[in-house]
Amino acid sequence: MIYLSLFLAFLKVGCFSFGGAYGAIPLIRDMVLSHGWIDEERLTYMIAVSESTPGPIMVNMATYIGSTKAGILGALVATLGVVLPSFCIILLIMVLLKKALNSVYFQGALKGLKPCVIGLILSTGLHMVITNCIPDMSKVYIDMKALIITAFLVLVLFGYKRKTSRKMSPIMLIMISALSGIIVYGV
Amino acid sequence: MNILLELFLMFMKIGLFTFGGGYAMISVIEDICVDKKKWITHEEMMDVTVIAESTPGPIAINCATFVGYKIAGFFGALLATIGVVIPSFIIIFCISSFLDNFLEITIVANAFKGIKVGVGILILNVAINMIKKMPKKKFPIVIMTSSLVAMIIITFTAIKISSITIMLMAAIIGIAYYRIEEKYYFRRN
Repeated sequence: MIYLSLFLAFLKVGCFSFGGAYGAIPLIRDMVLSHGWIDEERLTYMIAVSESTPGPIMVNMATYIGSTKAGILGALVATLGVVLPSFCIILLIMVLLKKALNSVYFQGALKGLKPCVIGLILSTGLHMVITNCIPDMSKVYIDMKALIITAFLVLVLFGYKRKTSRKMSPIMLIMISALSGIIVYGV
Repeated sequence: MNILLELFLMFMKIGLFTFGGGYAMISVIEDICVDKKKWITHEEMMDVTVIAESTPGPIAINCATFVGYKIAGFFGALLATIGVVIPSFIIIFCISSFLDNFLEITIVANAFKGIKVGVGILILNVAINMIKKMPKKKFPIVIMTSSLVAMIIITFTAIKISSITIMLMAAIIGIAYYRIEEKYYFRRN
Protein backbone atom coordinates (compact mmCIF):
# COMPACT_ATOMS: atom_id res chain seq x y z
CA MET A 1 0.00 0.00 0.00
CA ILE A 2 1.64 3.15 -1.27
CA TYR A 3 0.06 5.55 1.26
CA LEU A 4 1.23 3.51 4.22
CA SER A 5 4.77 3.11 2.92
CA LEU A 6 4.98 6.84 2.07
CA PHE A 7 3.76 7.70 5.55
CA LEU A 8 6.14 5.30 7.30
CA ALA A 9 9.15 6.32 5.20
CA PHE A 10 8.64 10.00 5.97
CA LEU A 11 7.85 9.26 9.60
CA LYS A 12 11.32 7.70 9.79
CA VAL A 13 12.81 10.78 8.12
CA GLY A 14 11.00 12.99 10.65
CA CYS A 15 12.25 10.89 13.56
CA PHE A 16 15.90 10.76 12.53
CA SER A 17 16.69 14.01 10.77
CA PHE A 18 18.96 15.85 13.14
CA GLY A 19 20.65 19.06 12.09
CA GLY A 20 17.97 20.58 9.88
CA ALA A 21 17.15 19.96 6.26
CA TYR A 22 20.61 18.93 5.14
CA GLY A 23 20.65 16.23 7.78
CA ALA A 24 17.44 14.90 6.22
CA ILE A 25 18.76 14.73 2.66
CA PRO A 26 20.84 11.55 3.16
CA LEU A 27 17.80 9.90 4.80
CA ILE A 28 15.32 10.98 2.14
CA ARG A 29 17.74 9.80 -0.54
CA ASP A 30 17.99 6.42 1.18
CA MET A 31 14.21 6.02 1.46
CA VAL A 32 13.35 7.23 -2.01
CA LEU A 33 16.03 5.25 -3.84
CA SER A 34 15.45 2.02 -1.92
CA HIS A 35 11.72 2.18 -2.68
CA GLY A 36 12.46 3.22 -6.25
CA TRP A 37 10.02 6.14 -5.96
CA ILE A 38 11.98 8.64 -8.04
CA ASP A 39 15.45 8.47 -9.58
CA GLU A 40 18.57 10.20 -8.35
CA GLU A 41 18.40 12.88 -11.03
CA ARG A 42 14.82 13.91 -10.20
CA LEU A 43 15.70 13.92 -6.51
CA THR A 44 18.54 16.36 -7.14
CA TYR A 45 16.21 18.62 -9.13
CA MET A 46 13.77 18.53 -6.27
CA ILE A 47 16.40 19.50 -3.72
CA ALA A 48 17.03 22.60 -5.86
CA VAL A 49 13.31 23.38 -6.12
CA SER A 50 12.85 22.90 -2.35
CA GLU A 51 15.74 25.27 -1.71
CA SER A 52 14.33 27.92 -4.01
CA THR A 53 10.74 27.86 -2.78
CA PRO A 54 9.67 29.12 0.64
CA GLY A 55 9.02 26.91 3.63
CA PRO A 56 10.73 24.04 5.42
CA ILE A 57 12.82 22.04 2.94
CA MET A 58 11.81 18.69 4.41
CA VAL A 59 8.12 19.52 4.03
CA ASN A 60 8.73 20.57 0.43
CA MET A 61 10.47 17.29 -0.40
CA ALA A 62 7.83 15.18 1.34
CA THR A 63 5.02 16.98 -0.50
CA TYR A 64 6.75 16.56 -3.85
CA ILE A 65 7.58 12.87 -3.49
CA GLY A 66 4.15 12.11 -2.04
CA SER A 67 2.30 13.91 -4.83
CA THR A 68 4.35 12.42 -7.70
CA LYS A 69 3.81 8.92 -6.32
CA ALA A 70 0.22 9.08 -5.13
CA GLY A 71 -1.41 12.43 -5.85
CA ILE A 72 -2.76 14.82 -3.25
CA LEU A 73 -3.46 12.11 -0.68
CA GLY A 74 0.10 10.86 -1.06
CA ALA A 75 1.38 14.40 -0.55
CA LEU A 76 -0.76 14.71 2.59
CA VAL A 77 0.39 11.47 4.22
CA ALA A 78 4.07 12.08 3.40
CA THR A 79 3.91 15.61 4.83
CA LEU A 80 2.04 14.39 7.89
CA GLY A 81 4.71 11.72 8.39
CA VAL A 82 7.59 14.19 8.29
CA VAL A 83 5.86 16.73 10.58
CA LEU A 84 4.32 14.42 13.18
CA PRO A 85 7.50 13.37 15.08
CA SER A 86 8.66 17.00 15.63
CA PHE A 87 5.20 18.05 16.71
CA CYS A 88 4.86 15.22 19.23
CA ILE A 89 8.41 15.51 20.54
CA ILE A 90 8.12 19.24 21.20
CA LEU A 91 4.72 18.82 22.89
CA LEU A 92 6.13 16.01 25.02
CA ILE A 93 9.11 18.11 26.03
CA MET A 94 6.91 21.07 26.95
CA VAL A 95 4.30 19.08 28.81
CA LEU A 96 6.35 16.57 30.73
CA LEU A 97 9.99 16.19 30.18
CA LYS A 98 11.79 19.48 30.08
CA LYS A 99 14.54 17.80 32.07
CA ALA A 100 14.87 14.91 29.62
CA LEU A 101 16.93 17.17 27.37
CA ASN A 102 19.61 17.45 30.02
CA SER A 103 19.75 13.72 30.75
CA VAL A 104 23.07 11.95 30.38
CA TYR A 105 21.64 9.55 27.82
CA PHE A 106 20.21 12.22 25.59
CA GLN A 107 23.29 14.42 25.73
CA GLY A 108 25.51 11.40 25.09
CA ALA A 109 23.42 10.33 22.11
CA LEU A 110 23.63 13.87 20.68
CA LYS A 111 27.42 13.82 21.06
CA GLY A 112 27.51 10.81 18.78
CA LEU A 113 24.74 11.95 16.42
CA LYS A 114 25.99 15.42 15.56
CA PRO A 115 29.34 14.44 14.03
CA CYS A 116 27.71 11.38 12.43
CA VAL A 117 25.22 13.59 10.59
CA ILE A 118 28.06 15.75 9.30
CA GLY A 119 29.75 12.61 7.95
CA LEU A 120 26.52 11.54 6.23
CA ILE A 121 26.01 14.96 4.63
CA LEU A 122 29.64 15.03 3.49
CA SER A 123 29.33 11.61 1.86
CA THR A 124 26.10 12.63 0.11
CA GLY A 125 27.75 15.78 -1.25
CA LEU A 126 30.86 13.90 -2.38
CA HIS A 127 28.79 11.21 -4.04
CA MET A 128 26.72 13.80 -5.92
CA VAL A 129 29.72 15.80 -7.13
CA ILE A 130 31.64 12.68 -8.19
CA THR A 131 28.76 11.00 -10.02
CA ASN A 132 27.97 14.28 -11.80
CA CYS A 133 31.49 14.43 -13.19
CA ILE A 134 32.00 10.66 -13.67
CA PRO A 135 28.53 9.26 -14.46
CA ASP A 136 29.82 5.78 -15.33
CA MET A 137 32.45 4.46 -12.94
CA SER A 138 33.03 1.19 -14.82
CA LYS A 139 33.96 2.88 -18.09
CA VAL A 140 35.78 5.79 -16.45
CA TYR A 141 33.77 8.13 -18.65
CA ILE A 142 34.19 11.73 -17.59
CA ASP A 143 31.45 14.26 -18.35
CA MET A 144 33.60 17.21 -19.40
CA LYS A 145 30.73 19.69 -19.44
CA ALA A 146 29.71 18.83 -15.88
CA LEU A 147 33.36 19.01 -14.82
CA ILE A 148 33.65 22.52 -16.29
CA ILE A 149 30.50 23.70 -14.45
CA THR A 150 31.77 22.12 -11.22
CA ALA A 151 35.11 23.92 -11.47
CA PHE A 152 33.40 27.19 -12.37
CA LEU A 153 30.92 27.01 -9.48
CA VAL A 154 33.64 26.18 -6.95
CA LEU A 155 35.60 29.21 -8.18
CA VAL A 156 32.51 31.44 -7.93
CA LEU A 157 31.73 30.19 -4.43
CA PHE A 158 35.24 30.82 -3.13
CA GLY A 159 35.59 34.10 -4.99
CA TYR A 160 32.35 35.39 -3.50
CA LYS A 161 33.39 34.39 0.01
CA ARG A 162 36.78 36.10 -0.31
CA LYS A 163 35.39 39.27 -1.85
CA THR A 164 32.40 39.79 0.41
CA SER A 165 33.38 37.60 3.40
CA ARG A 166 29.77 36.44 3.43
CA LYS A 167 28.31 33.09 2.53
CA MET A 168 26.52 32.91 -0.79
CA SER A 169 22.84 32.14 -0.38
CA PRO A 170 21.75 28.74 -1.72
CA ILE A 171 19.24 30.37 -4.06
CA MET A 172 21.94 32.51 -5.66
CA LEU A 173 24.18 29.48 -6.17
CA ILE A 174 21.30 27.58 -7.78
CA MET A 175 20.55 30.50 -10.12
CA ILE A 176 24.19 30.74 -11.18
CA SER A 177 24.33 27.00 -11.78
CA ALA A 178 21.14 27.16 -13.87
CA LEU A 179 22.67 29.91 -16.00
CA SER A 180 25.91 28.00 -16.47
CA GLY A 181 23.88 24.91 -17.42
CA ILE A 182 22.17 26.91 -20.16
CA ILE A 183 25.47 28.35 -21.38
CA VAL A 184 27.40 25.05 -21.37
CA TYR A 185 24.69 22.69 -22.62
CA GLY A 186 23.14 25.19 -25.05
CA VAL A 187 19.77 26.85 -25.34
CA MET B 1 -8.52 39.07 16.86
CA ASN B 2 -8.87 35.53 18.07
CA ILE B 3 -5.44 34.36 19.25
CA LEU B 4 -5.72 31.01 17.47
CA LEU B 5 -6.50 32.69 14.17
CA GLU B 6 -3.68 35.15 14.69
CA LEU B 7 -1.19 32.34 15.42
CA PHE B 8 -2.32 30.51 12.31
CA LEU B 9 -2.01 33.57 10.08
CA MET B 10 1.36 34.65 11.49
CA PHE B 11 2.90 31.22 11.01
CA MET B 12 1.43 31.02 7.53
CA LYS B 13 3.19 34.28 6.79
CA ILE B 14 6.43 32.85 8.18
CA GLY B 15 6.00 29.73 6.03
CA LEU B 16 5.29 31.78 2.94
CA PHE B 17 8.10 34.29 3.16
CA THR B 18 11.14 32.41 4.43
CA PHE B 19 13.44 30.86 1.90
CA GLY B 20 16.34 28.57 2.70
CA GLY B 21 14.94 26.34 5.40
CA GLY B 22 15.01 26.28 9.18
CA TYR B 23 17.90 28.49 10.16
CA ALA B 24 16.68 31.35 8.00
CA MET B 25 13.28 30.88 9.62
CA ILE B 26 14.60 31.19 13.16
CA SER B 27 15.51 34.85 12.62
CA VAL B 28 12.11 35.62 11.10
CA ILE B 29 10.32 33.83 13.96
CA GLU B 30 12.38 35.81 16.46
CA ASP B 31 11.48 39.06 14.72
CA ILE B 32 7.74 38.32 14.72
CA CYS B 33 7.23 36.36 17.96
CA VAL B 34 9.72 38.12 20.23
CA ASP B 35 10.07 41.69 18.96
CA LYS B 36 6.73 42.44 17.34
CA LYS B 37 4.12 40.25 19.01
CA LYS B 38 5.92 39.68 22.34
CA TRP B 39 4.52 36.17 22.42
CA ILE B 40 7.69 34.74 23.94
CA THR B 41 10.77 36.27 25.57
CA HIS B 42 14.25 36.38 24.13
CA GLU B 43 15.40 33.69 26.59
CA GLU B 44 12.57 31.42 25.53
CA MET B 45 13.58 31.96 21.92
CA MET B 46 17.10 30.81 22.80
CA ASP B 47 15.56 27.73 24.44
CA VAL B 48 13.56 26.94 21.32
CA THR B 49 16.66 27.22 19.17
CA VAL B 50 18.56 24.78 21.38
CA ILE B 51 15.61 22.39 21.57
CA ALA B 52 15.04 22.61 17.82
CA GLU B 53 18.68 21.85 17.15
CA SER B 54 18.76 18.87 19.48
CA THR B 55 15.50 17.23 18.44
CA PRO B 56 14.82 15.65 15.04
CA GLY B 57 12.53 17.07 12.37
CA PRO B 58 12.17 20.36 10.52
CA ILE B 59 13.35 23.27 12.70
CA ALA B 60 10.43 25.43 11.58
CA ILE B 61 7.96 22.84 12.84
CA ASN B 62 9.74 22.61 16.18
CA CYS B 63 9.55 26.39 16.59
CA ALA B 64 5.91 26.64 15.50
CA THR B 65 4.85 23.89 17.90
CA PHE B 66 6.76 25.49 20.77
CA VAL B 67 5.43 29.00 20.30
CA GLY B 68 1.89 27.80 19.57
CA TYR B 69 1.78 25.67 22.70
CA LYS B 70 3.20 28.47 24.83
CA ILE B 71 0.51 30.91 23.67
CA ALA B 72 -2.58 28.76 23.37
CA GLY B 73 -1.95 25.17 24.44
CA PHE B 74 -2.48 22.15 22.23
CA PHE B 75 -4.69 23.85 19.65
CA GLY B 76 -2.28 26.74 19.43
CA ALA B 77 0.52 24.28 18.66
CA LEU B 78 -1.64 22.53 16.08
CA LEU B 79 -2.70 25.69 14.27
CA ALA B 80 0.77 27.24 14.26
CA THR B 81 2.19 24.02 12.80
CA ILE B 82 -0.50 23.71 10.15
CA GLY B 83 0.01 27.38 9.31
CA VAL B 84 3.74 27.01 8.72
CA VAL B 85 3.23 23.92 6.52
CA ILE B 86 0.34 25.05 4.31
CA PRO B 87 2.18 27.51 1.99
CA SER B 88 4.93 24.95 1.21
CA PHE B 89 2.39 22.26 0.65
CA ILE B 90 0.34 24.25 -1.83
CA ILE B 91 3.32 25.70 -3.72
CA ILE B 92 5.12 22.36 -4.09
CA PHE B 93 1.92 20.54 -4.98
CA CYS B 94 1.39 22.96 -7.87
CA ILE B 95 5.02 22.73 -9.00
CA SER B 96 4.98 18.94 -8.93
CA SER B 97 2.05 18.80 -11.30
CA PHE B 98 3.82 20.75 -14.03
CA LEU B 99 7.53 20.03 -13.40
CA ASP B 100 7.52 17.07 -15.81
CA ASN B 101 6.10 19.11 -18.71
CA PHE B 102 8.37 21.98 -17.82
CA LEU B 103 11.44 19.71 -18.06
CA GLU B 104 10.61 18.79 -21.68
CA ILE B 105 11.59 22.32 -22.77
CA THR B 106 15.26 22.09 -23.83
CA ILE B 107 16.42 25.28 -22.17
CA VAL B 108 14.83 24.27 -18.86
CA ALA B 109 16.31 20.77 -19.06
CA ASN B 110 19.76 22.27 -19.67
CA ALA B 111 19.35 24.71 -16.80
CA PHE B 112 18.53 21.75 -14.57
CA LYS B 113 21.66 19.92 -15.75
CA GLY B 114 23.59 22.88 -14.37
CA ILE B 115 21.47 22.95 -11.21
CA LYS B 116 22.24 19.28 -10.61
CA VAL B 117 25.93 20.17 -10.40
CA GLY B 118 25.12 23.17 -8.20
CA VAL B 119 23.15 21.11 -5.68
CA GLY B 120 26.07 18.69 -5.21
CA ILE B 121 28.41 21.61 -4.50
CA LEU B 122 25.84 23.24 -2.22
CA ILE B 123 25.57 20.11 -0.05
CA LEU B 124 29.34 19.64 -0.01
CA ASN B 125 29.71 23.27 1.04
CA VAL B 126 27.19 22.85 3.89
CA ALA B 127 29.15 19.83 5.14
CA ILE B 128 32.45 21.73 5.00
CA ASN B 129 30.98 24.66 6.95
CA MET B 130 29.64 22.24 9.57
CA ILE B 131 33.07 20.60 9.92
CA LYS B 132 34.62 24.04 10.46
CA LYS B 133 32.21 24.68 13.35
CA MET B 134 32.60 21.20 14.85
CA PRO B 135 34.65 21.05 18.09
CA LYS B 136 38.14 19.92 17.14
CA LYS B 137 38.33 17.02 19.56
CA LYS B 138 39.24 13.40 18.95
CA PHE B 139 35.78 11.94 19.55
CA PRO B 140 33.70 13.98 17.06
CA ILE B 141 36.43 13.71 14.42
CA VAL B 142 36.58 9.90 14.75
CA ILE B 143 32.77 9.55 14.60
CA MET B 144 32.52 11.93 11.63
CA THR B 145 35.26 10.15 9.69
CA SER B 146 33.96 6.65 10.39
CA SER B 147 30.38 7.56 9.37
CA LEU B 148 31.78 9.10 6.20
CA VAL B 149 33.85 6.01 5.37
CA ALA B 150 30.94 3.69 6.22
CA MET B 151 28.58 5.63 3.94
CA ILE B 152 31.09 5.67 1.08
CA ILE B 153 31.61 1.89 1.38
CA ILE B 154 27.83 1.35 1.45
CA THR B 155 27.27 3.58 -1.60
CA PHE B 156 29.90 1.97 -3.76
CA THR B 157 29.27 -1.66 -2.79
CA ALA B 158 26.08 -3.65 -2.69
CA ILE B 159 25.89 -3.74 1.12
CA LYS B 160 22.44 -2.67 2.29
CA ILE B 161 22.68 -0.72 5.53
CA SER B 162 20.52 2.36 5.94
CA SER B 163 21.88 5.66 7.19
CA ILE B 164 19.50 5.34 10.16
CA THR B 165 21.43 2.25 11.31
CA ILE B 166 24.67 4.24 11.19
CA MET B 167 23.04 7.06 13.17
CA LEU B 168 21.74 4.65 15.83
CA MET B 169 25.23 3.18 16.18
CA ALA B 170 26.71 6.66 16.55
CA ALA B 171 24.13 7.50 19.24
CA ILE B 172 24.94 4.34 21.22
CA ILE B 173 28.68 4.97 20.96
CA GLY B 174 28.02 8.57 22.07
CA ILE B 175 26.16 7.43 25.20
CA ALA B 176 28.86 4.87 26.05
CA TYR B 177 31.60 7.45 25.56
CA TYR B 178 29.78 10.07 27.65
CA ARG B 179 29.31 7.63 30.52
CA ILE B 180 32.92 6.47 30.47
CA GLU B 181 34.15 10.05 30.31
CA GLU B 182 31.94 10.93 33.28
CA LYS B 183 33.20 8.02 35.39
CA TYR B 184 36.80 8.90 34.61
CA TYR B 185 36.14 12.52 35.53
CA PHE B 186 34.59 11.64 38.89
CA ARG B 187 37.42 9.26 39.78
CA ARG B 188 40.00 11.95 39.20
CA ASN B 189 38.19 14.43 41.39
